[in-house]
Amino acid sequence: MDSTAHAFKDNAHKALGDDQLQEALGNLRHGFTQRRAQARDQLPEFDALRDAARDIKNHTLAHLDLYLERYESKVSEQGGKVHWCATAEDARRTILDICRSVDAKLVTKGKSMVAEEIGLNDYLEANGVTPAETDLGEYIIQLRNEPPSHIIAPAVHLTKAQVEADFRKNHSELPPERSLVEPEALVQEARTMLRQKYLDADVGITGANFLIAETGSSIIVTNEGNGDLTQCLPKVHIVIASLEKVVPTLEDVSIILRVLARSGTGQEFTAYTTFSTGPKREGDLDGPDEYHVVLLDNGRSAMLGSEYQDVLRCIRCGACMNHCPVYHAVGGHAYGWVYPGPIGAVLTPSLIGVEEAGHLPNASTFCGRCEAVCPMRIPLPKMMRHWREKEFERNLTPTAARSGLKLWAFFAKRPALYAMLNRFNARLLRALGGRKGSLRSLPLASGWTDHRDFPAPQGKSFQELWAKRQNGSGATPRTPGA
Amino acid sequence: MIPSTPNVGLFVTCLVDLFRPSVGFAAVELLEAAGCRVTVPAAQTCCGQPAYNMGDRADTREIARQTVKAFQGFDYVVVPSGSCAAMIKEHYPALFTGEPEMQSQAEVLAEKTHELISFLADVLKVEGVDAQYRGTVTYHDSCSGLRELGVKQQPRRLLASVEGLELVELQEAEVCCGFGGTFCVKYPEVSNKIVETKAEHIEGSQADLLLAGDLGCLMNMAGKLKRRGAKVEARHVAEVLAGKLDAPAIGEGKGS
Repeated sequence: MDSTAHAFKDNAHKALGDDQLQEALGNLRHGFTQRRAQARDQLPEFDALRDAARDIKNHTLAHLDLYLERYESKVSEQGGKVHWCATAEDARRTILDICRSVDAKLVTKGKSMVAEEIGLNDYLEANGVTPAETDLGEYIIQLRNEPPSHIIAPAVHLTKAQVEADFRKNHSELPPERSLVEPEALVQEARTMLRQKYLDADVGITGANFLIAETGSSIIVTNEGNGDLTQCLPKVHIVIASLEKVVPTLEDVSIILRVLARSGTGQEFTAYTTFSTGPKREGDLDGPDEYHVVLLDNGRSAMLGSEYQDVLRCIRCGACMNHCPVYHAVGGHAYGWVYPGPIGAVLTPSLIGVEEAGHLPNASTFCGRCEAVCPMRIPLPKMMRHWREKEFERNLTPTAARSGLKLWAFFAKRPALYAMLNRFNARLLRALGGRKGSLRSLPLASGWTDHRDFPAPQGKSFQELWAKRQNGSGATPRTPGA
Repeated sequence: MIPSTPNVGLFVTCLVDLFRPSVGFAAVELLEAAGCRVTVPAAQTCCGQPAYNMGDRADTREIARQTVKAFQGFDYVVVPSGSCAAMIKEHYPALFTGEPEMQSQAEVLAEKTHELISFLADVLKVEGVDAQYRGTVTYHDSCSGLRELGVKQQPRRLLASVEGLELVELQEAEVCCGFGGTFCVKYPEVSNKIVETKAEHIEGSQADLLLAGDLGCLMNMAGKLKRRGAKVEARHVAEVLAGKLDAPAIGEGKGS
């Protein structure tokens, strides 16, 4: 997928002026946060499970080579095949080759962020294979030819009215007088449209929430059951997963699963948690004839041992964006690439370069709510700061900001000069503020005063008044500005 | 073991020094009323967050070094800001990785540094203040104080002891106001959207006074409220707890 992360400011500007988007975002900010809080409150060991989940992933990442090899040998034992893909291009080509080997025309797909990352749909289509998204949200955005705006709720940027309009436009064979008022009606209609595709598909592609080293299984969690039909009905099942998805054992994954849905949707568990282990065995009634795992690196192994390693613990629950004030303001598309929100602010520069995605780690207030809710305890603000440090070191920080900071730091490192400057500024800004006590505009600070008044200082600096108190009677002076 | 007259160094913060000395004096009064001897080292400037959050680690380290040196020898260092207190408490030591002596000095400072209200409530065990306020207030939980230092109930407990004061809880009190230091000028439109929502909640609370523990957030919210023509005023929580309300509220003039 092409990135527009460099244009974050323009993207955000558009998003802020988009009334339908703002309406959709208004619905998001309350639902997810309240449901997650309820789920947490109902599970006394929730925070202990977060610690355990973090430790499991830390252990796995420290021995990633070992667990990946164990995983591969288990998959092979069961008749499946693991394809190691260093780049997005490798993964796309591998998938296309598998599709061509069975002369596939139609491919059904479960929801996969990694498939978005490698731009799979466009590639397949350009090569004569039709991809059909089966997750409701993905189905909707495929109709609209849009990327997902959220990692677990791809169409969360849309209102129900927009979806209804899209369905009416695209499903013109259905009676126009049908009612689509209830959300259930939309779900039913999508199911109807998809049913035949499940049966016709030659290949089913799913993502994976986890890969289990001890069994060679992959796991998907869904609420619609679409993933099950995608992976069981076609002759070939391709799992596409990035390599940090591996965990050692079934016990490990059962711990992490307990925090995943609670953090994301606020459910105890998703409606479906589906394990798939290899192709159909002798005597199995159904299942695919071929089972492939496309294991993608695409820059992740370079993060091992770096200050960004912790982000590889991410289980893609979406809690960070569900609780992010910036995401709530502008939505996911403004971030300009596959992964939005705080996780994207850290991951995107790692995967496509900080030159392209440098805005993202800066577009955060460091409010810390993402870290506070992350089930894997990823220190997201700290890693965004690491990116800012990299940008500063490499002179990628905008020149005006850089010179302003350097000038400020010159004074901040010289307390005597700094005190004089503050005494001067306190008087100057006070004079500008006049009797009103605030300024409606201020040179060089239009970013502030375009949107809010600028409160004027009380007129003298604290240090100046404090020195007077110390030299005088010792009594607290009359409050300044009174 | 708390000394009978704790020797407290006040880290004023750059915003209080420049914009609102009355907050500094309110802090001094609260600390003195609680039995502390307060000193204000002249060699302090800013905690270094502007540089730290823009990725300028070298300048951050020099500013932090200066702060560490300026605040040696106190029993406690107290800061009328959750954000600046958290900078010293949670972030200073790691700045000096590779400089063991400085790092241990930074750790000593981190250990004895506290945000003002939580210092009064948690360390000095102050249960109430001698102040009155006739009106309804609401309280915004600033992010760093809340999430890095656990400041939540302490201001509410102390506000409950202010005679005549009624506290109404703010909707989404724990959600960021959109200030974010330099964020508000780097991404003004996004910041504006966030503070607009915050202002709607503040106005919706029907309170006549907004309180918080961080001047940066307060200036952001007060500036937005004023631009919207809202009637609600804004003050640092220390001003109300110290009963020092003679200065006009944030962004208000003498004429108001």
